[in-house]
Amino acid sequence: MRSSFQSESLHRTMVNKYDAIVIGGGHNGLVNAAYLARAGLKVLVLERRPVLGGASVTEEVFPGFRFSVFSYVVSLFRPEIVRDLNLPAHGLTILPLESTLTPLSNGDRLYRDSDHYRSMRDIARFSRRDADIYEDYSHAMYFMAKAVKYILGIVPPDPTSLHPGDLGSLYRLAKHFLGLGEEQLYTLTRLMTMSSADFLERWFESEPLKGTMSASGIIGTFLGPRSPGSAYVLLHHYMGEIDGVFRAWGFSKGGTGGLSQAIARAAQSFSAEIRTDAPVAQVIVRHAKTAGVVLENGDEIFANRVISSLDPKQTFLKLVDPRQLPDDLVSAIRKFNIHGSSGKVNLALDALPQFACWPGPGPHLRGAISISPSIDYIERAFDQAKYGDFSHQPYIDIVIPSMIDPDMAPPGKHVLSCFVQYAPYHLNEGNWEARRDEFGEAVVDTLAEYIPNIRNIILYRQVLSPWDIEQTVGLTEGNIFQGELSLWQLFFLRPAAGYARFRTPIQNYYQCGSGTHPGGGITGAPGRLAALEILKDLKQ
Amino acid sequence: MPIPTPLHPRTAALCESQEWRNWAGYLAAGTYEPTHEREYYAIRNAAALIDVSPLFKYEVNGSDALRLVNRIITRNVARCAVGQVMYSPWCDDLGMVIDDGTIARLEENRFRITAAEPNLAWFQDCGVGLNAQVRDVSEELATLALQGPNARSILLKVVNDANLEGLRYYRFSPGNMGGIPLLISRTGYTGDLGYELWIDPQTAVKVWDKIFEEGEGFGIAPVGIVALDIARIEAGLVMLQVDYISARKALIEEQKSSPFELGLGWTVDLKKEYFIGRKALLAEKRRGSQWNLVGVEVDWTSLEREFSGVNLVPQVVGRASRSAVPVYRDDWQIGHVSSHTFSPILKKYIGIATIESRYAELGSPVEIEITVEYVRRKARATIVRLPFFDPPRKRA
Repeated sequence: MRSSFQSESLHRTMVNKYDAIVIGGGHNGLVNAAYLARAGLKVLVLERRPVLGGASVTEEVFPGFRFSVFSYVVSLFRPEIVRDLNLPAHGLTILPLESTLTPLSNGDRLYRDSDHYRSMRDIARFSRRDADIYEDYSHAMYFMAKAVKYILGIVPPDPTSLHPGDLGSLYRLAKHFLGLGEEQLYTLTRLMTMSSADFLERWFESEPLKGTMSASGIIGTFLGPRSPGSAYVLLHHYMGEIDGVFRAWGFSKGGTGGLSQAIARAAQSFSAEIRTDAPVAQVIVRHAKTAGVVLENGDEIFANRVISSLDPKQTFLKLVDPRQLPDDLVSAIRKFNIHGSSGKVNLALDALPQFACWPGPGPHLRGAISISPSIDYIERAFDQAKYGDFSHQPYIDIVIPSMIDPDMAPPGKHVLSCFVQYAPYHLNEGNWEARRDEFGEAVVDTLAEYIPNIRNIILYRQVLSPWDIEQTVGLTEGNIFQGELSLWQLFFLRPAAGYARFRTPIQNYYQCGSGTHPGGGITGAPGRLAALEILKDLKQ
Repeated sequence: MPIPTPLHPRTAALCESQEWRNWAGYLAAGTYEPTHEREYYAIRNAAALIDVSPLFKYEVNGSDALRLVNRIITRNVARCAVGQVMYSPWCDDLGMVIDDGTIARLEENRFRITAAEPNLAWFQDCGVGLNAQVRDVSEELATLALQGPNARSILLKVVNDANLEGLRYYRFSPGNMGGIPLLISRTGYTGDLGYELWIDPQTAVKVWDKIFEEGEGFGIAPVGIVALDIARIEAGLVMLQVDYISARKALIEEQKSSPFELGLGWTVDLKKEYFIGRKALLAEKRRGSQWNLVGVEVDWTSLEREFSGVNLVPQVVGRASRSAVPVYRDDWQIGHVSSHTFSPILKKYIGIATIESRYAELGSPVEIEITVEYVRRKARATIVRLPFFDPPRKRA
C-alpha cells in the first residue's frame, strides 16, 4: 500500500515537472522562456490573461480595429535577441516611424524627419541657432547611447563585493567609462543628475523643440521636465537601436502584440510550453527553495526553478510569503518607487484626422505626433498630477498605427493611439472608475484643439487609467516600467541593493521583469540577462 | 539624355527627392522620398506601385511563333498555355546567357517577351526562314508593377472583368479598369505577392490615378528602384549587367555565364529538340559547371567584431550595393558577391554570389571582404539557398 502511494506521488511529480516555470507571458517572460528553452530546458510559461504579451499586446477591442492597447512603439528591443531567437523568421517586422510632428495651438507646427536639412529649415523658423546645433546634439547623443549600450548587456556587479567576479566586472565597467573620454563623461554625468529641461536648455532655446524633446524625459515616470533625474529617462529613451541606428523608433507590424507573438513562436519552436488563462496564486517554497507554483484554481505545477517576470512588489510581496524573505529586502521592496503616472486613450476613427496645422494626408501622419508645445506646458500638466489630479491639458504622444500598418484597421478607417500623461494612480478626489470618462473627455478636448474634426470621426473610445492598467495586466499602480527609472533604483540598485542579479534569497526563484536591470520599455534585456544567469547557475 | 515614360506626369509630381536614374534611356525614380525606407516597407508590408515601363518588350507573331520562341529560350514554351507566363533566359550558340525575361503566351501563336536590353535584332535573326514576325512593342505599352501583400485587395477594388481571385502565379488575365482595357499578369521583380499591368500609354496615367485613389486605405506608396533593388536581392533574382554580363556585351570569355552558372539550371529543358545553345549546355551538364550562383549570409557577430575594432557598430544598413566584393575560403579567393544589401525584413546582411562550384555547397563557411574605415577586412559568412525571402503569399 505504502509503496503504491509512493509510486503514484512520484508519477504525479514526473508528469508535472518542468525545468523552469516562467510566471507572466509578457515580452520579458517570453524572452526568458525562449532563451531557457533554447538551451534545452523544459519550460512552461503561465499567463494570467487569455492573451499573451502582458503590456505588449494587440487586441481587437472594437470589431475590425486592432489596438496596441498599452505599449505602442518599439525602439529599445535588443537586436541581439532578434538575432539569437531569429525573430524575423517567426514574424517580427519593425516598420519605421518616420517623423515627429509637434502641432501648436496657433496653427503652426514643428516637423522633423529623416530629411535632415528639411528638419533644420523647420527648426530655423523658431531658432536659427537651434537648427545649427541640432546635429551636434544628435552627435553627442550617439556617444551617450553607445556608452549605455554596454550597460544594457551586462549583469550589474555588486560594488561592495570583493568577489573576483564582481571585481572583474567593476574593472571592465570602470575601463569602459574611462574610455569614453572627458567630454562624454561630463555629458553622461549631466544626464545622470540633471532635469531634462535643464539639460536641453544647455543646447536649445525654442519652446516647441525643447518641449517635445523633454517629453522623452518624463514618459512613464512621475517626474516633470524640471524634476532632477528626468534627463536620465531622456537617455533611457535614446538608447534604442534599430538596424545599428541609435535612437530609431519603430512600429511592430501587427502592433506590439506582433512582437510578443513572434517571441512566443520562437519559444515554442524550442519546445517551450505556453499556457494562457493560468493565473498563478503562489510560488511553492520548501526549505528556502522553490518547488513550483500553485495556480489560482488550486492546481500545483512542479518545477526545479521558477522565474517571475512580474514587478518587484508582486514578485516579493505577493507571489511568496514575505516572511520567507530577509527583512532588509522586504523593507526595500515596500519602499520601491512604482508610481502610476500615465494613461492610454485608444480611438477607432471613421476617417483620417485633419490637423489644423497640416490638413489632409501626409508623412506627418506616419510618425509620432507630440502634444508638447513647450516645457511649461508639460510642467503645468505635471503640477496638477503632483497634487492628485490628472492633467486637464495633458502631454499626449500620438501615433496612428493604421497609417504605418494598414492591417490595423479596415481600409480608409484608422486607429489612433494616445499615450497620456499625467494620470496619477492615486486621485485626490473620487476614483478612476468614476472619473475615467472625465479623463477621456480631457484628452479628446485637448486633441480637438489641434485636430478640429476629431469629435466627428470617433467611432469608439477606449480609456485606460493607471488603475485600469493595473487591473488588466497586473502592473502595480499601472507603472509602465515596473518601477520608476530613478537613479536610486537602477543598475545594481534595481530592484534592491544586493538583489540586482536576477536571483532572490529563495533558492531557484528568479526575477526577470522590467523591475530588474536595465529597466522598463520593450527591451527584452531583463528577460535575456536573467536567462543567461540562470543557465550559468545551472552549470555550477 | 533620358526621356520621360508615359507615367512621368505622375511620377515627376511625386518625386520629392528629385533622385532620377537612367533606366534604359528613361527617367526612373530612384526614390520618391528622401530615403527609400518607407518605399521598401511598402513592398513588404502594404503595396508598392512601380513604373517599370522602361522594360523592353517584343511581340512574336505568325504561324511559326511557337517554333521561334522555342528556338530562342531555354525553356519549352510549348508547355506554356495561353494565359500563362514563363520566366526564361536565352543564350548564344555557346550556351552563354544573353538576357532573361518573361514570356507571356497571349494567343496560340502570339507571344510577348520582356527583356532588360534591346533584343530585336537577335530575335529577328533567330527567326530567319520561319514564318514569324518579331516586333518591338516597347513604346506601345506602359507597364506598372503593383507589388506587396495588399496588391490583390487593391486590384479587386479597381478592376472588373478579371478573375483575380483565381489568377495564379505566373498567369495573366485581360481586365478592365473603368472602361480602360488592360492586361494583368501575376508577375514581378520583388518576390512578393504582386502583379504587372500592361497598358496603352495613352491611358496609363488614368490607371495610376485609379490605383492610388483606391490604394490609399491599403498603404500604397510610389516606389523607386532603390527600394526595388533590395527586394529583388532578397528574392534572389539576378540582374543583367550586375550579377552577370550579357554574352553579347562580354569582352572576354570569362565574363560570360551559362544558365547553370546563374542558378537557372531549372530553366534549361535539354529534352527540347533544339534551342540556341542546347549542344553546349548539354555538354556542360555532362561536364559540370565551373561556377554556381548562391546566396551568402554574413555572420553578424563577425561583422560586429570587425567594426568594434574601430569602436563602431556595423555600418551596413542602407541601400543595396552593386559593387562586387571578393569571397574567400581559407584565404583563397573562390568567387565574388555581385549584389549585396542589409535585408530590413530578415535583419541580415545578404548577397548574391558567384562561387566556384566545388566550394558552393550549401552551408559551407566562406569569408567576404568588407571595408571597415577604409581598411579591407574579412567577415565570416555562410552559403545559403536562394531566395532569402520567399513568403507563401507570393504563390498563394
